[in-house]
Amino acid sequence: MDARTNSQSYVTISRVGKVYPSPRGDVTALADIDLDIRDGEFVSVVGPSGCGKSTLLKCVAGLEGVSSGQISVRSAPVKGPPDRLGVVFQRDVLLDWRTILDNVLLSAEFLGLKRAQVEGRALELLKRFGLGGFENRHPWELSGGMRQRASICRALLCDPELLLMDEPFGALDAMTRDDLNVELTRIWQDSAHGQRKTVLFITHSIIEAVYLSDRVVMMSRAPGRIVDVIDIDIPRPRPLSVRETPRFGELTGKIRHHFAELGILKE
Amino acid sequence: MSRSIFKRLMAESRTRDAITIVVALLVIWEICVLLFSPSPMILPPPTAIFAEFWSTPWVFIRHSGYTLAVTAMGFGIAVALGIILAVAIVYSRFLERTIYTLLVALNSIPKVALAPLFVIWLGTGTEPKVSVAVMLAIFPIVIDTVLGLRSVDPDMLSLARVSKASAWQVLFKIRFPCALPSLFAGMKVAVSFALVGAIVGEFVAGGSGLGFQILVAQGQFDTPRVFVSLLLLSIMGTVLFYLVDFAERVFLPWHVSQRPHVAAAGG
Repeated sequence: MDARTNSQSYVTISRVGKVYPSPRGDVTALADIDLDIRDGEFVSVVGPSGCGKSTLLKCVAGLEGVSSGQISVRSAPVKGPPDRLGVVFQRDVLLDWRTILDNVLLSAEFLGLKRAQVEGRALELLKRFGLGGFENRHPWELSGGMRQRASICRALLCDPELLLMDEPFGALDAMTRDDLNVELTRIWQDSAHGQRKTVLFITHSIIEAVYLSDRVVMMSRAPGRIVDVIDIDIPRPRPLSVRETPRFGELTGKIRHHFAELGILKE
Repeated sequence: MSRSIFKRLMAESRTRDAITIVVALLVIWEICVLLFSPSPMILPPPTAIFAEFWSTPWVFIRHSGYTLAVTAMGFGIAVALGIILAVAIVYSRFLERTIYTLLVALNSIPKVALAPLFVIWLGTGTEPKVSVAVMLAIFPIVIDTVLGLRSVDPDMLSLARVSKASAWQVLFKIRFPCALPSLFAGMKVAVSFALVGAIVGEFVAGGSGLGFQILVAQGQFDTPRVFVSLLLLSIMGTVLFYLVDFAERVFLPWHVSQRPHVAAAGG
Protein backbone atom coordinates (compact mmCIF):
# COMPACT_ATOMS: atom_id res chain seq x y z
CA MET A 1 0.00 0.00 0.00
CA ASP A 2 1.06 3.56 -0.60
CA ALA A 3 2.86 5.24 2.23
CA ARG A 4 0.60 8.06 3.24
CA THR A 5 1.56 11.25 4.90
CA ASN A 6 -2.03 11.83 5.68
CA SER A 7 -3.70 8.76 7.07
CA GLN A 8 -6.32 10.26 9.31
CA SER A 9 -9.82 8.91 9.09
CA TYR A 10 -12.09 10.69 6.60
CA VAL A 11 -15.23 8.61 7.03
CA THR A 12 -15.92 6.92 10.34
CA ILE A 13 -18.71 4.38 10.49
CA SER A 14 -19.24 3.09 14.01
CA ARG A 15 -21.67 0.40 15.09
CA VAL A 16 -24.13 1.41 12.39
CA GLY A 17 -27.39 -0.47 12.02
CA LYS A 18 -30.24 0.18 9.61
CA VAL A 19 -33.71 -1.32 10.04
CA TYR A 20 -36.57 -0.87 7.60
CA PRO A 21 -39.98 -1.23 9.19
CA SER A 22 -42.28 -3.42 7.11
CA PRO A 23 -45.76 -4.85 7.69
CA ARG A 24 -44.30 -8.37 7.86
CA GLY A 25 -41.80 -7.48 10.55
CA ASP A 26 -38.75 -5.25 10.50
CA VAL A 27 -36.05 -5.90 7.93
CA THR A 28 -32.48 -5.43 9.13
CA ALA A 29 -30.46 -4.10 6.18
CA LEU A 30 -27.29 -3.33 8.11
CA ALA A 31 -26.04 -4.65 11.45
CA ASP A 32 -23.06 -3.49 13.47
CA ILE A 33 -21.06 -1.92 10.67
CA ASP A 34 -17.67 -0.64 11.80
CA LEU A 35 -15.42 0.87 9.16
CA ASP A 36 -12.90 3.69 8.93
CA ILE A 37 -11.99 5.09 5.54
CA ARG A 38 -8.75 7.07 5.58
CA ASP A 39 -8.28 10.33 3.75
CA GLY A 40 -7.38 9.58 0.13
CA GLU A 41 -8.12 5.89 0.42
CA PHE A 42 -9.93 3.81 -2.20
CA VAL A 43 -12.21 1.32 -0.44
CA SER A 44 -14.48 -1.13 -2.22
CA VAL A 45 -17.38 -2.96 -0.68
CA VAL A 46 -18.13 -6.27 -2.30
CA GLY A 47 -20.96 -8.60 -1.48
CA PRO A 48 -23.97 -10.46 -2.88
CA SER A 49 -27.13 -8.64 -3.99
CA GLY A 50 -29.24 -7.51 -1.10
CA CYS A 51 -26.40 -7.42 1.43
CA GLY A 52 -27.10 -3.76 2.16
CA LYS A 53 -24.03 -2.32 0.46
CA SER A 54 -26.10 0.28 -1.40
CA THR A 55 -27.89 1.14 1.84
CA LEU A 56 -24.51 1.72 3.46
CA LEU A 57 -23.56 4.12 0.68
CA LYS A 58 -26.85 6.00 0.98
CA CYS A 59 -26.29 6.38 4.72
CA VAL A 60 -22.77 7.77 4.18
CA ALA A 61 -24.22 10.15 1.55
CA GLY A 62 -26.70 11.38 4.13
CA LEU A 63 -29.58 10.35 1.87
CA GLU A 64 -30.86 7.93 4.49
CA GLY A 65 -30.64 8.10 8.24
CA VAL A 66 -29.13 5.29 10.31
CA SER A 67 -31.22 3.38 12.87
CA SER A 68 -28.36 2.99 15.32
CA GLY A 69 -24.71 3.96 15.62
CA GLN A 70 -23.13 6.92 13.90
CA ILE A 71 -21.45 7.97 10.66
CA SER A 72 -19.03 10.89 10.65
CA VAL A 73 -17.44 12.59 7.68
CA ARG A 74 -14.45 14.81 8.51
CA SER A 75 -15.32 14.15 12.20
CA ALA A 76 -18.75 15.78 11.75
CA PRO A 77 -21.78 13.53 12.25
CA VAL A 78 -23.70 13.00 8.99
CA LYS A 79 -27.07 14.69 8.99
CA GLY A 80 -27.99 15.09 5.37
CA PRO A 81 -25.50 15.13 2.47
CA PRO A 82 -22.04 16.37 3.56
CA ASP A 83 -20.24 19.12 1.64
CA ARG A 84 -17.80 18.32 -1.17
CA LEU A 85 -19.45 15.02 -1.99
CA GLY A 86 -19.76 13.41 -5.42
CA VAL A 87 -22.07 10.49 -6.13
CA VAL A 88 -22.27 8.12 -9.10
CA PHE A 89 -25.12 5.62 -9.39
CA GLN A 90 -25.47 2.45 -11.42
CA ARG A 91 -27.79 4.25 -13.82
CA ASP A 92 -26.25 7.41 -15.22
CA VAL A 93 -29.45 9.49 -14.63
CA LEU A 94 -28.46 12.07 -17.23
CA LEU A 95 -31.23 14.49 -18.20
CA ASP A 96 -32.29 13.77 -21.78
CA TRP A 97 -33.13 17.37 -22.62
CA ARG A 98 -29.67 18.69 -21.72
CA THR A 99 -26.49 18.32 -23.69
CA ILE A 100 -23.63 16.33 -22.14
CA LEU A 101 -21.91 19.59 -21.11
CA ASP A 102 -25.09 20.97 -19.53
CA ASN A 103 -25.57 17.68 -17.70
CA VAL A 104 -22.06 17.88 -16.29
CA LEU A 105 -22.69 21.48 -15.22
CA LEU A 106 -25.92 20.60 -13.40
CA SER A 107 -24.46 20.24 -9.91
CA ALA A 108 -22.62 23.56 -10.30
CA GLU A 109 -25.92 25.20 -11.24
CA PHE A 110 -27.51 23.78 -8.11
CA LEU A 111 -24.66 25.09 -6.01
CA GLY A 112 -25.17 28.54 -7.57
CA LEU A 113 -21.77 28.70 -9.32
CA LYS A 114 -21.40 30.89 -12.40
CA ARG A 115 -21.21 28.97 -15.66
CA ALA A 116 -18.09 30.81 -16.77
CA GLN A 117 -16.33 29.66 -13.58
CA VAL A 118 -16.80 25.95 -14.20
CA GLU A 119 -17.28 25.49 -17.93
CA GLY A 120 -13.57 25.25 -18.63
CA ARG A 121 -13.13 22.62 -15.97
CA ALA A 122 -16.13 20.68 -17.29
CA LEU A 123 -14.70 20.61 -20.81
CA GLU A 124 -11.31 19.53 -19.48
CA LEU A 125 -12.90 16.70 -17.48
CA LEU A 126 -14.88 15.54 -20.52
CA LYS A 127 -11.68 15.55 -22.54
CA ARG A 128 -9.83 13.52 -19.90
CA PHE A 129 -12.61 10.94 -19.97
CA GLY A 130 -12.50 10.66 -23.75
CA LEU A 131 -15.63 12.69 -24.34
CA GLY A 132 -13.92 15.65 -26.03
CA GLY A 133 -16.06 16.71 -28.97
CA PHE A 134 -19.17 15.12 -27.52
CA GLU A 135 -20.05 18.00 -25.18
CA ASN A 136 -22.89 19.24 -27.39
CA ARG A 137 -24.43 15.84 -27.97
CA HIS A 138 -27.45 14.62 -26.05
CA PRO A 139 -27.26 11.61 -23.72
CA TRP A 140 -29.45 9.48 -26.02
CA GLU A 141 -26.92 9.87 -28.81
CA LEU A 142 -24.21 8.20 -26.70
CA SER A 143 -23.47 4.60 -25.72
CA GLY A 144 -23.90 3.34 -22.16
CA GLY A 145 -20.18 3.57 -21.43
CA MET A 146 -19.95 7.17 -22.64
CA ARG A 147 -23.03 8.13 -20.66
CA GLN A 148 -21.52 6.68 -17.49
CA ARG A 149 -18.27 8.56 -18.20
CA ALA A 150 -20.32 11.76 -18.42
CA SER A 151 -22.01 11.00 -15.11
CA ILE A 152 -18.57 10.52 -13.48
CA CYS A 153 -17.52 13.91 -14.91
CA ARG A 154 -20.65 15.41 -13.36
CA ALA A 155 -19.73 13.95 -9.97
CA LEU A 156 -16.15 15.23 -10.26
CA LEU A 157 -17.00 18.74 -11.50
CA CYS A 158 -17.11 20.48 -8.14
CA ASP A 159 -13.90 18.75 -7.05
CA PRO A 160 -15.37 16.57 -4.30
CA GLU A 161 -13.18 15.21 -1.51
CA LEU A 162 -15.39 12.17 -1.07
CA LEU A 163 -16.61 10.13 -4.02
CA LEU A 164 -19.35 7.55 -3.49
CA MET A 165 -19.89 5.12 -6.34
CA ASP A 166 -22.79 2.67 -6.27
CA GLU A 167 -22.03 -0.12 -8.76
CA PRO A 168 -21.23 2.48 -11.41
CA PHE A 169 -20.09 -0.06 -14.00
CA GLY A 170 -22.61 -2.78 -13.15
CA ALA A 171 -24.75 -2.20 -16.23
CA LEU A 172 -21.87 -2.05 -18.71
CA ASP A 173 -20.41 -4.79 -20.88
CA ALA A 174 -17.14 -6.39 -19.74
CA MET A 175 -14.82 -4.54 -22.14
CA THR A 176 -16.27 -1.10 -21.43
CA ARG A 177 -16.03 -1.96 -17.76
CA ASP A 178 -12.32 -2.77 -18.04
CA ASP A 179 -11.78 0.51 -19.89
CA LEU A 180 -13.51 2.51 -17.21
CA ASN A 181 -11.68 0.68 -14.42
CA VAL A 182 -8.38 1.73 -15.99
CA GLU A 183 -9.53 5.31 -16.52
CA LEU A 184 -10.88 5.62 -13.01
CA THR A 185 -7.63 4.42 -11.38
CA ARG A 186 -5.60 6.66 -13.68
CA ILE A 187 -7.63 9.75 -12.79
CA TRP A 188 -7.65 8.88 -9.10
CA GLN A 189 -3.87 8.32 -9.06
CA ASP A 190 -3.00 11.36 -11.15
CA SER A 191 -4.20 13.75 -8.51
CA ALA A 192 -1.34 15.14 -6.45
CA HIS A 193 -0.35 13.17 -3.38
CA GLY A 194 -2.43 14.10 -0.38
CA GLN A 195 -5.15 15.44 -2.67
CA ARG A 196 -6.45 12.10 -3.75
CA LYS A 197 -10.15 11.69 -3.38
CA THR A 198 -11.48 9.36 -0.75
CA VAL A 199 -13.55 6.78 -2.61
CA LEU A 200 -16.18 4.35 -1.39
CA PHE A 201 -16.90 2.02 -4.28
CA ILE A 202 -19.74 -0.52 -4.22
CA THR A 203 -19.52 -3.51 -6.56
CA HIS A 204 -20.37 -7.17 -6.80
CA SER A 205 -17.33 -7.94 -8.91
CA ILE A 206 -14.42 -9.28 -6.84
CA ILE A 207 -11.95 -8.64 -9.69
CA GLU A 208 -13.06 -5.03 -10.02
CA ALA A 209 -12.84 -4.50 -6.26
CA VAL A 210 -9.29 -5.93 -6.01
CA TYR A 211 -8.08 -4.08 -9.10
CA LEU A 212 -9.30 -0.66 -7.95
CA SER A 213 -8.88 -0.65 -4.21
CA ASP A 214 -6.51 -0.16 -1.33
CA ARG A 215 -8.84 -2.22 0.81
CA VAL A 216 -11.76 -4.51 0.02
CA VAL A 217 -14.61 -4.83 2.50
CA MET A 218 -16.54 -8.12 2.28
CA MET A 219 -20.17 -8.05 3.28
CA SER A 220 -22.66 -10.85 3.77
CA ARG A 221 -26.38 -10.61 3.66
CA ALA A 222 -29.37 -10.91 5.98
CA PRO A 223 -28.52 -8.89 7.93
CA GLY A 224 -25.81 -6.98 6.09
CA ARG A 225 -22.60 -7.15 8.08
CA ILE A 226 -18.89 -6.91 7.42
CA VAL A 227 -17.27 -10.35 7.37
CA ASP A 228 -13.72 -9.34 6.48
CA VAL A 229 -11.55 -6.45 5.34
CA ILE A 230 -8.67 -7.31 3.03
CA ASP A 231 -5.66 -5.10 2.33
CA ILE A 232 -4.71 -5.02 -1.34
CA ASP A 233 -0.93 -4.70 -1.37
CA ILE A 234 -0.50 -4.63 -5.14
CA PRO A 235 1.69 -1.63 -6.02
CA ARG A 236 0.36 1.20 -8.12
CA PRO A 237 0.18 2.21 -10.90
CA ARG A 238 -1.65 -0.95 -11.85
CA PRO A 239 -1.88 -1.78 -15.55
CA LEU A 240 -4.75 -4.03 -16.55
CA SER A 241 -2.24 -6.89 -16.87
CA VAL A 242 -1.78 -6.81 -13.09
CA ARG A 243 -4.86 -9.04 -13.06
CA GLU A 244 -2.77 -11.89 -14.51
CA THR A 245 -0.16 -11.78 -11.74
CA PRO A 246 -0.07 -14.50 -9.07
CA ARG A 247 -0.60 -11.98 -6.26
CA PHE A 248 -3.81 -10.73 -7.90
CA GLY A 249 -5.05 -14.30 -8.27
CA GLU A 250 -4.18 -15.02 -4.63
CA LEU A 251 -6.19 -12.04 -3.40
CA THR A 252 -9.26 -12.67 -5.53
CA GLY A 253 -9.04 -16.35 -4.66
CA LYS A 254 -8.89 -15.55 -0.96
CA ILE A 255 -12.05 -13.42 -1.20
CA ARG A 256 -13.84 -16.01 -3.30
CA HIS A 257 -12.95 -18.81 -0.84
CA HIS A 258 -14.15 -16.73 2.04
CA PHE A 259 -17.52 -16.10 0.34
CA ALA A 260 -17.72 -19.81 -0.48
CA GLU A 261 -17.16 -20.74 3.16
CA LEU A 262 -20.03 -18.46 4.07
CA GLY A 263 -22.23 -20.27 1.55
CA ILE A 264 -22.55 -17.14 -0.58
CA LEU A 265 -20.56 -18.46 -3.50
CA LYS A 266 -20.48 -22.03 -4.77
CA GLU A 267 -17.15 -23.48 -5.78
CA MET B 1 -37.39 26.79 -43.93
CA SER B 2 -38.27 28.18 -47.35
CA ARG B 3 -40.85 25.49 -47.98
CA SER B 4 -44.37 26.41 -46.96
CA ILE B 5 -46.06 24.49 -44.16
CA PHE B 6 -48.53 23.12 -46.69
CA LYS B 7 -45.73 21.65 -48.80
CA ARG B 8 -44.11 20.16 -45.73
CA LEU B 9 -47.39 18.57 -44.67
CA MET B 10 -47.90 17.16 -48.14
CA ALA B 11 -44.41 15.74 -48.11
CA GLU B 12 -45.44 13.52 -45.21
CA SER B 13 -46.99 10.35 -46.55
CA ARG B 14 -49.33 10.30 -43.54
CA THR B 15 -50.98 13.56 -44.64
CA ARG B 16 -51.27 12.38 -48.22
CA ASP B 17 -52.85 9.10 -47.14
CA ALA B 18 -55.33 10.87 -44.88
CA ILE B 19 -56.41 13.25 -47.65
CA THR B 20 -56.76 10.37 -50.10
CA ILE B 21 -59.05 8.50 -47.69
CA VAL B 22 -61.22 11.55 -46.99
CA VAL B 23 -61.61 12.31 -50.71
CA ALA B 24 -62.41 8.65 -51.44
CA LEU B 25 -65.08 8.60 -48.72
CA LEU B 26 -66.67 11.78 -50.08
CA VAL B 27 -66.76 10.30 -53.59
CA ILE B 28 -68.37 7.06 -52.30
CA TRP B 29 -70.88 9.14 -50.34
CA GLU B 30 -71.76 11.18 -53.47
CA ILE B 31 -72.20 8.01 -55.56
CA CYS B 32 -74.39 6.37 -52.91
CA VAL B 33 -76.68 9.42 -52.77
CA LEU B 34 -76.90 9.41 -56.60
CA LEU B 35 -77.70 5.68 -56.67
CA PHE B 36 -80.18 5.43 -53.80
CA SER B 37 -81.45 9.04 -53.80
CA PRO B 38 -82.46 9.33 -50.12
CA SER B 39 -84.43 12.38 -49.01
CA PRO B 40 -82.03 15.37 -48.84
CA MET B 41 -83.35 15.90 -45.31
CA ILE B 42 -81.86 12.54 -44.27
CA LEU B 43 -78.59 12.57 -46.21
CA PRO B 44 -77.59 15.37 -48.56
CA PRO B 45 -74.75 14.67 -51.03
CA PRO B 46 -71.34 16.26 -50.32
CA THR B 47 -71.79 18.61 -53.30
CA ALA B 48 -74.96 20.02 -51.69
CA ILE B 49 -73.06 20.47 -48.40
CA PHE B 50 -70.25 22.40 -50.13
CA ALA B 51 -72.86 24.47 -52.02
CA GLU B 52 -74.51 25.30 -48.70
CA PHE B 53 -71.18 26.51 -47.33
CA TRP B 54 -70.51 28.66 -50.41
CA SER B 55 -73.97 30.27 -50.18
CA THR B 56 -73.04 31.98 -46.86
CA PRO B 57 -69.34 31.36 -46.22
CA TRP B 58 -68.85 34.30 -43.87
CA VAL B 59 -71.67 33.22 -41.56
CA PHE B 60 -69.99 29.85 -41.11
CA ILE B 61 -66.55 31.39 -40.71
CA ARG B 62 -67.83 33.83 -38.06
CA HIS B 63 -69.49 31.05 -36.06
CA SER B 64 -66.41 28.86 -36.44
CA GLY B 65 -64.29 31.74 -35.17
CA TYR B 66 -66.46 32.06 -32.08
CA THR B 67 -66.29 28.35 -31.29
CA LEU B 68 -62.56 28.38 -31.91
CA ALA B 69 -62.09 31.33 -29.55
CA VAL B 70 -64.12 29.63 -26.80
CA THR B 71 -62.15 26.40 -27.29
CA ALA B 72 -58.79 28.16 -27.24
CA MET B 73 -59.68 30.14 -24.11
CA GLY B 74 -61.01 27.07 -22.34
CA PHE B 75 -57.95 25.05 -23.35
CA GLY B 76 -55.51 27.80 -22.30
CA ILE B 77 -57.12 28.25 -18.90
CA ALA B 78 -57.28 24.47 -18.40
CA VAL B 79 -53.55 24.11 -19.18
CA ALA B 80 -52.48 26.95 -16.87
CA LEU B 81 -54.78 25.96 -14.01
CA GLY B 82 -54.09 22.24 -14.53
CA ILE B 83 -50.33 22.65 -14.26
CA ILE B 84 -50.61 24.75 -11.10
CA LEU B 85 -52.97 22.21 -9.53
CA ALA B 86 -50.72 19.30 -10.52
CA VAL B 87 -47.64 20.93 -8.97
CA ALA B 88 -49.60 21.70 -5.79
CA ILE B 89 -50.85 18.11 -5.62
CA VAL B 90 -47.37 16.63 -6.07
CA TYR B 91 -45.81 18.89 -3.45
CA SER B 92 -48.48 18.69 -0.76
CA ARG B 93 -49.73 15.50 0.84
CA PHE B 94 -52.72 17.42 2.16
CA LEU B 95 -53.72 18.72 -1.28
CA GLU B 96 -53.14 15.30 -2.75
CA ARG B 97 -55.57 13.73 -0.31
CA THR B 98 -58.16 16.51 -0.72
CA ILE B 99 -58.08 18.12 -4.20
CA TYR B 100 -56.78 15.10 -6.08
CA THR B 101 -59.34 12.76 -4.55
CA LEU B 102 -62.07 15.32 -5.23
CA LEU B 103 -60.94 15.73 -8.85
CA VAL B 104 -60.96 12.00 -9.45
CA ALA B 105 -64.46 11.78 -7.94
CA LEU B 106 -65.67 14.74 -10.03
CA ASN B 107 -64.22 13.19 -13.15
CA SER B 108 -66.57 10.23 -12.82
CA ILE B 109 -69.76 12.31 -13.07
CA PRO B 110 -71.01 13.15 -16.55
CA LYS B 111 -69.77 16.74 -16.69
CA VAL B 112 -71.84 17.61 -19.74
CA ALA B 113 -74.88 17.35 -17.45
CA LEU B 114 -73.47 20.21 -15.39
CA ALA B 115 -73.56 22.65 -18.32
CA PRO B 116 -77.05 24.02 -17.51
CA LEU B 117 -75.80 24.89 -14.00
CA PHE B 118 -73.15 27.16 -15.50
CA VAL B 119 -75.85 29.00 -17.45
CA ILE B 120 -77.73 29.64 -14.19
CA TRP B 121 -74.53 30.81 -12.51
CA LEU B 122 -72.89 32.78 -15.30
CA GLY B 123 -75.68 33.71 -17.73
CA THR B 124 -75.79 33.13 -21.47
CA GLY B 125 -72.62 34.94 -22.53
CA THR B 126 -69.20 33.50 -23.35
CA GLU B 127 -68.22 32.75 -19.72
CA PRO B 128 -70.39 29.63 -19.19
CA LYS B 129 -69.15 28.15 -22.50
CA VAL B 130 -65.51 28.72 -21.60
CA SER B 131 -66.21 27.26 -18.14
CA VAL B 132 -67.66 24.07 -19.59
CA ALA B 133 -64.64 23.79 -21.90
CA VAL B 134 -62.25 24.28 -18.94
CA MET B 135 -64.15 21.75 -16.83
CA LEU B 136 -63.87 19.08 -19.52
CA ALA B 137 -60.26 19.82 -20.50
CA ILE B 138 -58.66 20.17 -17.08
CA PHE B 139 -58.92 16.54 -15.94
CA PRO B 140 -56.56 14.94 -18.43
CA ILE B 141 -54.09 17.80 -17.87
CA VAL B 142 -54.02 17.44 -14.08
CA ILE B 143 -53.95 13.66 -14.05
CA ASP B 144 -51.23 13.33 -16.70
CA THR B 145 -49.09 16.14 -15.27
CA VAL B 146 -49.22 14.64 -11.77
CA LEU B 147 -48.11 11.34 -13.27
CA GLY B 148 -45.28 13.06 -15.15
CA LEU B 149 -44.04 15.05 -12.17
CA ARG B 150 -43.86 11.81 -10.19
CA SER B 151 -42.03 9.87 -12.89
CA VAL B 152 -38.63 11.37 -12.00
CA ASP B 153 -35.90 8.83 -11.36
CA PRO B 154 -35.36 8.67 -7.56
CA ASP B 155 -31.59 8.57 -8.15
CA MET B 156 -31.88 11.91 -9.95
CA LEU B 157 -33.59 13.38 -6.90
CA SER B 158 -30.85 11.93 -4.66
CA LEU B 159 -28.28 13.60 -6.88
CA ALA B 160 -30.11 16.91 -6.56
CA ARG B 161 -30.09 16.53 -2.77
CA VAL B 162 -26.36 15.82 -2.73
CA SER B 163 -25.83 19.00 -4.80
CA LYS B 164 -28.02 20.93 -2.33
CA ALA B 165 -30.59 21.85 -4.98
CA SER B 166 -33.47 24.01 -3.77
CA ALA B 167 -37.09 22.88 -4.13
CA TRP B 168 -37.57 25.40 -6.96
CA GLN B 169 -34.50 24.16 -8.80
CA VAL B 170 -35.74 20.58 -8.52
CA LEU B 171 -39.15 21.66 -9.85
CA PHE B 172 -37.94 23.76 -12.78
CA LYS B 173 -34.76 21.96 -13.76
CA ILE B 174 -35.78 18.36 -13.16
CA ARG B 175 -39.42 17.61 -12.41
CA PHE B 176 -41.13 19.94 -14.85
CA PRO B 177 -39.08 19.09 -17.96
CA CYS B 178 -39.46 15.45 -16.99
CA ALA B 179 -43.26 15.90 -16.88
CA LEU B 180 -43.49 17.61 -20.29
CA PRO B 181 -44.08 14.44 -22.34
CA SER B 182 -46.99 13.49 -20.05
CA LEU B 183 -48.27 17.06 -20.11
CA PHE B 184 -48.37 16.99 -23.91
CA ALA B 185 -50.16 13.63 -23.86
CA GLY B 186 -52.77 15.21 -21.56
CA MET B 187 -52.98 18.30 -23.78
CA LYS B 188 -53.74 16.23 -26.87
CA VAL B 189 -56.75 14.72 -25.10
CA ALA B 190 -57.69 18.05 -23.51
CA VAL B 191 -57.82 20.04 -26.74
CA SER B 192 -60.54 17.77 -28.15
CA PHE B 193 -62.38 17.89 -24.81
CA ALA B 194 -62.26 21.70 -24.86
CA LEU B 195 -63.95 21.68 -28.27
CA VAL B 196 -66.64 19.30 -26.97
CA GLY B 197 -67.12 21.64 -23.99
CA ALA B 198 -67.49 24.68 -26.23
CA ILE B 199 -70.15 22.94 -28.36
CA VAL B 200 -72.05 21.70 -25.30
CA GLY B 201 -71.97 25.25 -23.88
CA GLU B 202 -73.39 26.59 -27.15
CA PHE B 203 -76.07 23.90 -27.20
CA VAL B 204 -77.30 24.83 -23.74
CA ALA B 205 -77.47 28.58 -24.20
CA GLY B 206 -76.12 30.43 -27.14
CA GLY B 207 -76.40 33.04 -29.81
CA SER B 208 -73.29 32.19 -31.77
CA GLY B 209 -70.91 29.36 -32.51
CA LEU B 210 -71.13 26.18 -34.52
CA GLY B 211 -73.08 24.45 -31.72
CA PHE B 212 -75.71 27.17 -31.95
CA GLN B 213 -75.65 26.85 -35.78
CA ILE B 214 -76.37 23.12 -35.52
CA LEU B 215 -79.23 23.72 -33.07
CA VAL B 216 -80.89 26.34 -35.33
CA ALA B 217 -80.44 24.29 -38.49
CA GLN B 218 -81.89 21.26 -36.72
CA GLY B 219 -84.99 23.31 -35.78
CA GLN B 220 -85.46 24.17 -39.44
CA PHE B 221 -84.73 20.62 -40.63
CA ASP B 222 -81.92 22.15 -42.67
CA THR B 223 -79.74 19.03 -42.82
CA PRO B 224 -77.08 20.46 -45.20
CA ARG B 225 -76.36 23.29 -42.71
CA VAL B 226 -75.99 20.71 -39.89
CA PHE B 227 -73.51 18.82 -42.05
CA VAL B 228 -71.52 21.96 -42.92
CA SER B 229 -71.16 22.72 -39.19
CA LEU B 230 -70.17 19.14 -38.42
CA LEU B 231 -67.58 19.17 -41.18
CA LEU B 232 -66.12 22.46 -39.92
CA LEU B 233 -66.02 21.04 -36.39
CA SER B 234 -64.13 17.96 -37.48
CA ILE B 235 -61.63 20.08 -39.42
CA MET B 236 -61.20 22.34 -36.38
CA GLY B 237 -60.69 19.36 -34.05
CA THR B 238 -58.12 17.79 -36.35
CA VAL B 239 -56.17 21.04 -36.81
CA LEU B 240 -56.15 21.72 -33.05
CA PHE B 241 -54.89 18.22 -32.32
CA TYR B 242 -52.06 18.53 -34.82
CA LEU B 243 -51.16 21.98 -33.52
CA VAL B 244 -50.52 20.43 -30.09
CA ASP B 245 -48.65 17.61 -31.81
CA PHE B 246 -46.54 20.18 -33.65
CA ALA B 247 -45.83 22.10 -30.42
CA GLU B 248 -44.72 18.82 -28.85
CA ARG B 249 -42.17 18.25 -31.61
CA VAL B 250 -40.87 21.79 -31.20
CA PHE B 251 -40.56 21.64 -27.42
CA LEU B 252 -39.52 18.01 -26.95
CA PRO B 253 -36.97 17.27 -29.65
CA TRP B 254 -35.18 15.14 -27.05
CA HIS B 255 -38.07 12.82 -26.30
CA VAL B 256 -37.93 9.15 -27.33
CA SER B 257 -40.95 9.49 -29.63
CA GLN B 258 -39.34 12.37 -31.56
CA ARG B 259 -35.80 11.17 -32.01
CA PRO B 260 -34.33 10.66 -35.41
CA HIS B 261 -32.92 7.18 -35.73
CA VAL B 262 -29.34 7.72 -34.71
CA ALA B 263 -26.78 5.04 -34.17
CA ALA B 264 -25.22 5.48 -30.74
CA ALA B 265 -21.59 6.44 -30.96
CA GLY B 266 -19.21 3.70 -29.91
CA GLY B 267 -17.17 3.68 -26.74
